[in-house]
Amino acid sequence: MQRVVWYRVAFFASLLLGWQALYLLRVWPDFLFPSPQSVAAMLVHSLRDGTLVRALGVSLTRLVIGYGMSLAIGLPLGLLTGSIRWLHQTIGALLLGLQTLPSICWLPLALLWFGLNERAIIFVVVMGAVLSISLSAEDGVQHTPRQQIRAAKNMGASGWRLYLQVMLPAALPGIVTGMKLGWSFAWRALMAGELLYGHVGLGHLLMMGRELNDMSQVIAVMAVIVALGLLVDRMAFAPLERRVRERWGTGTL
Amino acid sequence: MRIELQHISKSFRHNGHAVDVLQDINLAVEPGEFVCLLGPTGCGKSTILNLVAGLDAPDAGTVLVDGTPVTGPGPRRVVVFQDAALFPWLTVLGNVEFGLRMANVPKQERRVAAMAYIKLVHLSKFAHAYPHQLSGGMRQRVAIARGLVMQPDILLMDEPFGALDAQTRAVLQEELLEIWRKTGCSVLFVTHSVREAIGLADRVYVLSARPARIRDVERIDVPRPRHADHPALAQAQQKILQSLAEEIEKVLRDELGESVRYPEGTQRVAADRSLGMHI
Ligand SMILES: Nc1ncnc2c1ncn2[C@@H]1O[C@H](COP(=O)(O)OP(=O)(O)OP(=O)(O)O)[C@@H](O)[C@H]1O
Ligand SMILES: [Mg+2]
Repeated sequence: MQRVVWYRVAFFASLLLGWQALYLLRVWPDFLFPSPQSVAAMLVHSLRDGTLVRALGVSLTRLVIGYGMSLAIGLPLGLLTGSIRWLHQTIGALLLGLQTLPSICWLPLALLWFGLNERAIIFVVVMGAVLSISLSAEDGVQHTPRQQIRAAKNMGASGWRLYLQVMLPAALPGIVTGMKLGWSFAWRALMAGELLYGHVGLGHLLMMGRELNDMSQVIAVMAVIVALGLLVDRMAFAPLERRVRERWGTGTL
Repeated sequence: MRIELQHISKSFRHNGHAVDVLQDINLAVEPGEFVCLLGPTGCGKSTILNLVAGLDAPDAGTVLVDGTPVTGPGPRRVVVFQDAALFPWLTVLGNVEFGLRMANVPKQERRVAAMAYIKLVHLSKFAHAYPHQLSGGMRQRVAIARGLVMQPDILLMDEPFGALDAQTRAVLQEELLEIWRKTGCSVLFVTHSVREAIGLADRVYVLSARPARIRDVERIDVPRPRHADHPALAQAQQKILQSLAEEIEKVLRDELGESVRYPEGTQRVAADRSLGMHI
């Protein structure tokens, strides 16, 4: 464990040093290849003047709303298509087909439907996340161990109670995986949406960097996006998923 | 509770073909009786338990419980599954309570009952542990407690000790006999091991290779605790091994082709080993 941490620290430190060295060699002009310091300074600056915080706030709000809606729609939908055969064969097949469509392809449609506003972006986020959430939930329900269902029936469970107290908890590992996948898809969809059509937000900030020819800003915003994605995955979803898999005995680790 | 299977036949569809699994099975378990089912792997032993439990329906024939045909599962006929089939999201206590919860037994009452059966299988210290924290033998004991707490009239056990080491197996067999004696329920017990069958049962049914028919019924009138060197047991064992060996040979021929040959005069099946695929 300790060793892994050290390897990592050493690796990223040398990456930074390499960057600095490359910068000092002056192979590329400053505006194409900024130094680590200027990126860090840019970060500090945009934190101070509030642009970064504001963009973060806007993006996260969109993300939370879009992701929340995806959960609210995707989970029940997946549970239904997973447990009712004709729904699986109809809606389930449709969802599976739609999943091949990159979520940003919904943007033109969203702009026509909703106009140039928040709702269009949130729609794209929802379309990015909802499918994988519902498909994973469907999969979870369909892969409930048969013996567990038989055991439950044998002990007198049936109907709704069988569903709520056995099928649903048995499907939880699949559901959690879907929630995690959904989160990362939502994040990607949001960035794509904000890049193409952004009204404030991180993606917009990124695009502004390009328009101002400010490479430091571009890299600073990209770093923030990576950091945020990692943070949420490592802090929330990964531990949750690990715990569920461990307890449910479905883990590979 | 008296269980009777009359002229039971059952087939499953496999790749579009119907595979006959059970053919005209007649079998009975008297109230309080301990009956073992022996047979080559894949012959349909689990299928028989599922039919008695009402988790499956026969194609022909009837399963009678005290003279009434079975139409579905009932809490008085409890299965202890081959792989325990515990609910991983519930603690030991939660698992054992499950059936009582489904029967709307009040919380306090079911807790007391569940704890009593957890104690019976010597797991009190683990009442709040989750299945993944238990060993295989402990899980199997939870499964037994989970069945017993329903106070069933018949316990349907599907190779409950199959995956355990010899010593744990022996201990659990003793515990099971003790519980059986105390509760007076009947037991229908599937096993691969001839020794286990003759050690436990009042009667042993030997099934033939698929499609399963009743090949032999052996009554074992030896008081418990039994010692393997009792002459009546040795005799019963010899007889059962003989008929089983013939059936298993059929399975092997079927699966491995005609090339399987046994040296003449050797004992073909060891009594204390698992039979079937693993001999
Ligand atoms: N739901 C099912 N669908 C199709 N075939 C099935 C089904 N259940 C059982 N079978 C088949 O029926 C046969 C008997 O199965 P069963 O599980 O009853 O055997 P078994 O005697 O318990 O075997 P083992 O000793 O290996 O546990 C097998 O060939 C199996 O492939
Ligand atoms: Mg079986």
